[in-house]
Amino acid sequence: MNRWTSFNKFSLTLGFGFLYLPILLLIVYSFNESKLVTVWGGFSTRWYTSLLENEALKDAAWVTARVAFTSASIATVLGTLAALALTRYTKFHGRVLFSGMIYAPLVMPDVITGLSLLLFFVAVNLDRGIVTVILAHITFSMCYVAVVVQSRLLSFDRSIEEAAMDLGATPTRTFLQVTLPVIAPAVVSGWMLAFTLSLDDLVISSFASGPGATTLPMKIYSQVRLGVTPEINAVSTILVTIVTIGVITASIINKRREVQRQRDEQAAFAQG
Amino acid sequence: MARLVNGIFNRLVIAVPFGWLLILFLVPFFIVFRISLSQTAIAMPPYTPVFDLAAGWDGLKDFLSQLSLDNFIYLTQDSLYVKAYISSVTIAFFATLLTLLVGYPIAYAMAQAPRTVRPTLLMLVILPFWTSFLIRVYAWIAILKPEGFLNQILLYLGLIHEPLIILNTNVAVYIGIVYSYLPFMVLPLYSALEKLDGTLIEAAEDLGCTQFQAFWKVTFPLSLPGVIAGFLLVFIPATGEFVIPDLLGGSETLMIGKTLWAEFFSNRDWPISSAVAIVLLLVLVIPIALFQNAQTKAQGE
Repeated sequence: MNRWTSFNKFSLTLGFGFLYLPILLLIVYSFNESKLVTVWGGFSTRWYTSLLENEALKDAAWVTARVAFTSASIATVLGTLAALALTRYTKFHGRVLFSGMIYAPLVMPDVITGLSLLLFFVAVNLDRGIVTVILAHITFSMCYVAVVVQSRLLSFDRSIEEAAMDLGATPTRTFLQVTLPVIAPAVVSGWMLAFTLSLDDLVISSFASGPGATTLPMKIYSQVRLGVTPEINAVSTILVTIVTIGVITASIINKRREVQRQRDEQAAFAQG
Repeated sequence: MARLVNGIFNRLVIAVPFGWLLILFLVPFFIVFRISLSQTAIAMPPYTPVFDLAAGWDGLKDFLSQLSLDNFIYLTQDSLYVKAYISSVTIAFFATLLTLLVGYPIAYAMAQAPRTVRPTLLMLVILPFWTSFLIRVYAWIAILKPEGFLNQILLYLGLIHEPLIILNTNVAVYIGIVYSYLPFMVLPLYSALEKLDGTLIEAAEDLGCTQFQAFWKVTFPLSLPGVIAGFLLVFIPATGEFVIPDLLGGSETLMIGKTLWAEFFSNRDWPISSAVAIVLLLVLVIPIALFQNAQTKAQGE
């Protein structure tokens, strides 16, 4: 029975057209000679060269890179621990509260999270700057990491952990040599997700940040409010390209590892 | 010794992320609640009373006696706020329905696609989700402007004679929400539809159902968990959305996220913005609880 009908192909074409056309237009018009974003004036890379001279934008990019790298790394550790806590310890005091606090930030409107973090930083007398932005980003992105790692842990065959322990491995060694390699792809995608979430965030950063810590989205937003310019198209194109290359590379690597792992398992079974 | 180390490790696995979220997620809400009961002041921080630990018991009494519900009463008196809440929920609700209508055929087609192309299709849905929200909203400004791409095409085709005014209206906000949140709708729908047993539909058709009846009586009810998850994943954040109404909406667009932002950054009224946030949270508390419930159930299976 074939349900791969022309209606289905039609909806996919339309759907993906809708998803990708706006981004494609944005990329194409970043190479526009004309200053007008909607009128084609010939091919040019002048907006990319003008980006190189924009010191404020470069500063913001540097701040964003540091924030994203630091917050993603810490969020990955915290999120992985949270995922372990949720899947391995089914009974502890406050588990309902804990899982609630993991899922709530996924849907919480940014304005609420941003405002509450800002008021918290003021209440504890923490000067607003790059540190507070990093703390804020860790808080929401660790929940995404937790969800990604948790779904991998749930499909994880725990008997191989038990086998390692029966063979005399300590729990720490079991975790490092058995559990971690299996969940590693999920941990890596968790890190990447945390990194891009931090790279994208505007609202929470605007609340949590202070003088001297302007992130790239904050800078882009303030320029967008003044009007659409090809320069913003150029920055956006660079960001989109980085994320796309990152996501595709990661998925190819994950796919290869998965194939390799299946082969290894089959080989192991064949020998046994 | 090893057992002791292990015990400590086990505890840390729970305590570290738990503690982090308690301090940086839960405690801040109590602070927002506290400040929503304060008065605006021209000082830093711009509210009174400020709780002074050094003043001891009297300080606490003094502090409690100064708390008031004035900000919440103010919210009910100024019709602007009430209208903003109602219009946020309405816009978010209908935009979410639209997202469902657009997303369902996509998810359905993905689930019917040959097994070999599914990972690629999935990748194509996920990729925009990774791409900056701000950039994706920004891309629509150039499309919807009076001299933008959409009007250029429609004028060229002779379908219209004057440019349509779409940017800075609620229509643009709807388009923005559907576009930005589409992956959040498609992913849970796809995962529900993919699990569906195809033989059930064959059985329904063998028993005399038309294709549409089979869809409506078998496929759709079985995909309901995905519909609910997708609906909540879009509706809740869309209600408090700031970027879309700010960049694509106009003066007619009243949305509470924008109101909160303006109260905070333009009027610098911290107690009122806190009260706005608390009421928004109350509006969303039921959908958020439903979402958490659905998530916990899904993970349990």
